[in-house]
Amino acid sequence: MSIVADSGGPFLGRLSLHSLPFWDMLQHPTMSNIINGIIATGAASLVVIGALVVIALLTKYKLWRPLWSDWVTSTDHKKIGIMYIVIALVMLTRALIEAVLMRAQQAVGLHGGFLSPDHFAQLFSTHGTIMIFFMAMPFLTGVINYVMPMQIGARDVSFPVLNSISLGLTAAGAALVMVSLVIGKFSTGGWFGYPPYTEATFSPGVGPDYWIWALSLAGLASTLTGINFAVTIYKERAPGMKLMRMPLFTWTALCTAILMIFAMPPLTVATSQLALDRYLGFHYFTNALGGNMMNFANLFWLFGHPEVYILILPAFGVYSEVIATFSGKALFGYRSLVMATMAIAILSFTVWLHHFFTMGQNANINAVFGIASMLIGIPTGVKIYDWMLTMFRGRVRFTTPMVYSIGFILLFVLGGMSGILLANPTIDYQVHNTVFLVAHFHNVAVPGVLFGMLTAYHFWFPKAFGFRLNERWGIISALCWIFGFMGAFFPLYALGIMGLPRRTVAYAQARYVPLEWVAFLGALLLLAALLALLWQLWISIRDRDANRVFVGDPWDGRSLEWSNSAPPPEYNFAVIPSVQGRDAFTMAKENHSAYERPDTYKDIELPKNSAMGLVIAALGFALAFGLVWHIWWLVIAALLAVIASMIVRGFARDTTRLVSAQEVRREHHRWIDAVAAATAVSRANECKTVNVGLAQHQANGVVP
Amino acid sequence: MVRLAAVCGVILLLVACAGDTHLTFLDPQGPIAHQQRWHFYWVLAVMAVLVAGPIFVLLPYWAWRYRYGNKSSTYKPNWDFSRLLEIMAWGGPIIIVAILGFFVWHDSHKLDPYKPIVSKQAPLRVEVIGYDWKWLFIYPDQGIASIGTLAMPVGRPVSLHITSATVMQSLFIPALGSQIYAMGGMVSQLNLEASKPGKSLGENTMYNGNGFHQQKFTALAMSPADFKAWVIKVGATGIVLDAQTLKLIARRSTRSDLIAALPKATSMRGNVYFTGVGKTLFPAVVKATMDGTKTLPNTVFASASAATTPAKRNSGAVTEPSQ
Repeated sequence: MSIVADSGGPFLGRLSLHSLPFWDMLQHPTMSNIINGIIATGAASLVVIGALVVIALLTKYKLWRPLWSDWVTSTDHKKIGIMYIVIALVMLTRALIEAVLMRAQQAVGLHGGFLSPDHFAQLFSTHGTIMIFFMAMPFLTGVINYVMPMQIGARDVSFPVLNSISLGLTAAGAALVMVSLVIGKFSTGGWFGYPPYTEATFSPGVGPDYWIWALSLAGLASTLTGINFAVTIYKERAPGMKLMRMPLFTWTALCTAILMIFAMPPLTVATSQLALDRYLGFHYFTNALGGNMMNFANLFWLFGHPEVYILILPAFGVYSEVIATFSGKALFGYRSLVMATMAIAILSFTVWLHHFFTMGQNANINAVFGIASMLIGIPTGVKIYDWMLTMFRGRVRFTTPMVYSIGFILLFVLGGMSGILLANPTIDYQVHNTVFLVAHFHNVAVPGVLFGMLTAYHFWFPKAFGFRLNERWGIISALCWIFGFMGAFFPLYALGIMGLPRRTVAYAQARYVPLEWVAFLGALLLLAALLALLWQLWISIRDRDANRVFVGDPWDGRSLEWSNSAPPPEYNFAVIPSVQGRDAFTMAKENHSAYERPDTYKDIELPKNSAMGLVIAALGFALAFGLVWHIWWLVIAALLAVIASMIVRGFARDTTRLVSAQEVRREHHRWIDAVAAATAVSRANECKTVNVGLAQHQANGVVP
Repeated sequence: MVRLAAVCGVILLLVACAGDTHLTFLDPQGPIAHQQRWHFYWVLAVMAVLVAGPIFVLLPYWAWRYRYGNKSSTYKPNWDFSRLLEIMAWGGPIIIVAILGFFVWHDSHKLDPYKPIVSKQAPLRVEVIGYDWKWLFIYPDQGIASIGTLAMPVGRPVSLHITSATVMQSLFIPALGSQIYAMGGMVSQLNLEASKPGKSLGENTMYNGNGFHQQKFTALAMSPADFKAWVIKVGATGIVLDAQTLKLIARRSTRSDLIAALPKATSMRGNVYFTGVGKTLFPAVVKATMDGTKTLPNTVFASASAATTPAKRNSGAVTEPSQ
């Protein structure tokens, strides 16, 4: 028994009964161990039961085959995009529950609370890691995947199988983080895992290894995705889609892709060096023998700061599309917005030192990086003014995406202001590492990134699934997110100024208690927002037949993704559109050239399904799991299998299939017939069931 | 704006009815924190007036005025460019950042934590070693050390040299001034001064494990006479800091664990005081951490004879620094 409990031997590496979340509780049943054991076991059970329920449902409804052929082996950018977003929503649910647990702990955290320090530390580490790498990144990658190829009039991304592999690697990383709930413990070193704390000397367990390999998988996936998106935008644009005619969302996708290519490698290098330290006794970041932890900080933030803009730029793109569409007006200052986006992308590489003003570099360096950080405020300010000027002299419709957008601008201004405060080294010396900082980055990340992605979800959902989401529950959810955010994070600004450090499981100052409770109630409202979102999805699926928008243009959209059916055919366009200017679809509607029957159709070549994504996902997971637990035979076997699978794939010659011209014609005519039969709706009725996706034509100066 | 004002109001209210420990630079106890407070208010005011003000007024107004239901407002669906407005959209932020950039440059130099504080008195030297999960404050010129309290005379600058014997930490006394990281094998610096007697919160803000939240201390500012008395008291009652004791300190434990392990410390009201602390201890810890050696050379610990006659040592120690 003791052998099993202590070590798994050569076959199981470091795996043992100690790795189970309830083992400590059974061995040492103290009150604290029992409470923390129950929470951890509950979470682990949710993961296991959730997986079992999914398997049971798939079996019951005989969905294994469609899951295989329509989804996991699909190379269709739209399917891959949707799968990314599913991952993001699952991970969002977990990380938000963790956030509520942390806020509950801190609310009762005067001299104690119910969570052990170690458990609390795992919560903030997984919360941060998940929200950045497995919620925000998959969400924005999914949205870009779905929307960008259609916006530029392409049939797919440049490398569809690579796209599927990127998804697989992301899923493997997410699975690794989920498995850490059931087997072993996650890192306690926070989402940026500074050594030497995360070195083997101070964190000998598997936690930092879970973190390292989950990030490595996600980082590799994002690098590949960046290359894929950039090449797609450079090479796959429809005729006439010049760079300065691209919709702003595509511009932000391009900048994000470039940032991914250049920013991910420093992360991979930093985590690899840390892995060398931990596994092979190197001394990159150790205290002793010439190691220097400041190098990790430099490398990490050389990735970490551009990462912030990888996350926010696509959200800026979404807001640009949404505000123009729901103001019934062309985007104001397109050229400025493109320049501002590019400026932000470049400046994002020049500010990383502001993450450690407090490490002791001299005043010149701090002042230069402080001013550089403030410079980013200039293009960001331009964007905000241009969005406001887009609403000016427009016809603003307060739909769910617009409620998010307005909430975003107002809250983001405050987040930007606290960012400018932090860019002052003299102020940063006072609020660095306090919950003021936590409030700041949530104030840009939640209204910025999360609201942006939820806006995108509401905006493009009808396109992806062919029916609109319930508007009433959408607004309720949006308001819960907005006010929940304010409740949860505004108190943290005050608490930070009152000296409360971040990552504090308990505290001794009674003065913190009232604001901690406000923050906890805010967190509960955020949880309610998520539940409202899920409820909205449920009733929208229930009422889907009444809300179909097959014609495909429910919001009077401006760019090409609205010019096909909803959901679109797998090849996106029966005939590749020819682009005459900016806002290509609005122009087509004005020239009466939308919804045409072309004279001839051609066969369309599409990539065949491929199991590579799934294979790489499984092998990547096995490799990482073996590395975490020191199961060396598994590591070697998985590594060899990865190489073998790539070689085998290299011999695949027959990788495309044809959709015949006849089939394209049949499909297209079915849709054009539906367009002809549809009644166009005015914008006043866009959220009613009469909206089947055909927008009333907008003449200059006349409200449709 | 209303929300911002509300948040500020709550802060001020809580600060106003603060307890006896000063928590924040908005309730400053020294010249550095005092200047940081004014810098904070200045930047906040500039942004509230120039950034948030216009947006919080114009956005709701335009959103309402140009709402879909209002048919009487102007509608120009293709109006997407105005040179004047673009110049304003770029020019406004550029001017604001230029103003703030000036503040940043000026104050970053003025309030550089490494810069000695100008004073007629020579600074009090304190060497700080970060352990998991307590700070050891060494007064090399007085031959004493303390865990739990950083005592300092009012009106005299304190020059801190900081290192870590373990993972990265960050030393922070908000009501007095800046925080600075403590890193193994490296020495960072911080200059502070207290301008009135009182207790201020001191802490580590960089997460370093299970006892992180208990790694607090009190920055105790007192009159020069009281400080002299404190030094004598510590010298007289302190535990001899020998190799064995330092090993206990270096264990991963909280201050209360340490007190439990040192019977003599139970009478020190939550603090641990040491005597017989040599001037070579701090550099030796820095070097040992850099080299990765576990034990310090015996020479860094004061000889047993010196430690057994604390009164003599300390009477010398008190008069030694030039005050």
